[in-house]
Amino acid sequence: MLEIKNLHVKLQEEDKQILKGVNLTVGAGEVHAIMGPNGSGKSTTSYVLSGRDGYEVTEGEALLNGQNLLDMEPEERAAAGLFLAFQYPVEIPGVGNMTFLRTAVNAQRKARGEDELSATEFLKLVREKAKSLKIDADMLKRPVNVGFSGGEKKRNEILQMAMLEPQLCILDETDSGLDVDAMKLVAEGVNALRDSKRSFVVITHYQRLLDHIKPDVVHIMSNGRIIKSGGPELALEVEHNGYADLLAEQEQA
Amino acid sequence: MTRFEMKQRKLDATAERVLGMVMPQGAPWANDLRQDALNRLLSMGLPQGRDEYWRWTKPDSLTADRPAKAAVFQSDDTPLFTALDRLKLVFVDGVFDATASDALEGENLEIMRLTDALGSDIHWVKDAYGALEKRAQDPVDRPLATLNTAFATDGIVIRATGPVTRPVSLIYLHRDETSDAILHHVIKLDAGAELTLLENGPAAARFNKVMEIEVADGARFHHVRAQGRDHERRAVTHLFASVGSDAAFKSFTMTANGVLTRNEVFIDIVGDDSVAHVAGAAMGDGDFLHDDTVFITHAGLRCESRQVFKKVLRNGAKGVFQGKILVKQAAQKTDGYQISQGLLLDEDSQFLAKPELEIYADDVACSHGSTVGAINEDALFYLQSRGVPHAEATDLLTLAFLAEAIDEIEDEAISADILNRLEGWLARRRG
Ligand SMILES: Nc1ncnc2c1ncn2[C@@H]1O[C@H](COP(=O)(O)OP(=O)(O)O)[C@@H](O)[C@H]1O
Ligand SMILES: [Mg+2]
Repeated sequence: MLEIKNLHVKLQEEDKQILKGVNLTVGAGEVHAIMGPNGSGKSTTSYVLSGRDGYEVTEGEALLNGQNLLDMEPEERAAAGLFLAFQYPVEIPGVGNMTFLRTAVNAQRKARGEDELSATEFLKLVREKAKSLKIDADMLKRPVNVGFSGGEKKRNEILQMAMLEPQLCILDETDSGLDVDAMKLVAEGVNALRDSKRSFVVITHYQRLLDHIKPDVVHIMSNGRIIKSGGPELALEVEHNGYADLLAEQEQA
Repeated sequence: MTRFEMKQRKLDATAERVLGMVMPQGAPWANDLRQDALNRLLSMGLPQGRDEYWRWTKPDSLTADRPAKAAVFQSDDTPLFTALDRLKLVFVDGVFDATASDALEGENLEIMRLTDALGSDIHWVKDAYGALEKRAQDPVDRPLATLNTAFATDGIVIRATGPVTRPVSLIYLHRDETSDAILHHVIKLDAGAELTLLENGPAAARFNKVMEIEVADGARFHHVRAQGRDHERRAVTHLFASVGSDAAFKSFTMTANGVLTRNEVFIDIVGDDSVAHVAGAAMGDGDFLHDDTVFITHAGLRCESRQVFKKVLRNGAKGVFQGKILVKQAAQKTDGYQISQGLLLDEDSQFLAKPELEIYADDVACSHGSTVGAINEDALFYLQSRGVPHAEATDLLTLAFLAEAIDEIEDEAISADILNRLEGWLARRRG
């Protein structure tokens, strides 16, 4: 599904190397967790994969189902099946949430050569998905993320994901700032989408999300590299001991 | 040159410019009103580039002897407002076209061609023609409006005596590429009356229009206009309004294209508990200057005013906003809001704004803001990351920028129609 090979990334404006050789392979239907200290490059990895400006890839490549992601426009990557749930969802005053969702769904369908959804088909779909995420009609009518609470913004990300049905979902700290109930809703939303073809990369600081979304593989990222990979027990280890031991281990190696 | 000499030169130039103009003749009282306007004009002088009020918009092409040529624009769009049941009044290059227009009648409506009204021995317009224009000369001169009062060749006089259900729709056609039109409308809403007035079209190569509107107690006036897509047209328009108690005045203007547009709005809220809203959405591409100059005076208690002006500018287009809220000492509990914003789609365009508040009452809530900026990159990326192509995402954000102004239109069918035009304008420019 996703193959990241030796990815090196620096900031476009500054001489600052952020990713220093990231390698990651995610198979179809798998869930991978990425943990790691703040500033280690987790968000940068997800931004570079989705095509945000401001970064320069100096080495390496990233493939989604064999297609070279890094050559594509952000909207082409989305149409190819990539989805990023933002760590900080963006507010868009003046654009209704519903309009936003519909524009996105239909743009992707169009890009894939599928028919656009009619207004009624779309409404039916969005109501059904919104309901399970406890997103009310009011939140659908309001401008995108404007005046939403932290939890509402994150649920809105999951709603977009549910509507767009991507192949590869990257969740960047979707659990941060959520209370237990909101986190459960989000986890249920994600689990509802799990199937043998869809893959997930879950970036998180907390084991508790991984209690709900069981990962197949856990990676630890530090200073622009994945320094260790393992099974779910690795997340428990981090939960108990923090990153200090792992980082020290890395220094020695 | 001393200030005195400068003023003297200005007055000499004005005299030279207007003395050759033909003043239309009507009833003696009407001729007196026109003569009074001419005298006032001769003592204030036509605007010049060095005037503070014209610092960003050069008036030369508006005051020149002859208008510059403006090609007639051929559009295959259905004209605006066609789906509405309305009373249509058509002007071609500034001349009323009775055959193309509906009959001048309607429920709760007295309606007459200006030249007929000014030719009558007795008409209520005697107390109204030029009256609000004259009052609005303090504290800032508006000489092009005075010129209009003196020389207007046509126009319409409307009195609403109760609720008028069919909107009155003024349609301004432009067919002659050198036409120079001066129209003057006088509108009066009696107590409790309601009227929706629509205006659309470029009108002429050069268009000078004055509209005086008196909104009596409990009356409601709605105004929506679209200024026409002719690229080379020039226009200076003045909207003068006096608003009584428990009354509403709402005006929205859409401008797409036009080399020069100066829209002045002067509203006096004289009564208590009233609202006055003026809004504008302007879009310019290339050789385009659009100027909104607004002056709202609060004299009564507990009134609300809003000014919402948005301009989308590209390829060197220029936007200007000069807006003022004056709150007199007695106007307690005034709620005044003013926002002016420019969205620059490239680095060649510019937006200049001078927002002003002048407040003499102590218990008021007034706010104003002015911003200029480009498309928000974060929002653009967010949309793209959801699969919306760059061009479509840019348009969506541009319309979002204009939304606050468009929201000022109360009628949903009309606002949908306007939105559709703005979308079309953007779509035609997609890269
Ligand atoms: N646009 C940017 N400008 C400046 N520094 C940046 C930018 N993006 C990322 N960085 C820096 O790159 C490093 C990695 O950041 P990030 O990917 O956000 O880490 P994480 O998500 O793991 O906390 C940090 O040191 C951060 O300050
Ligand atoms: Mg991060």
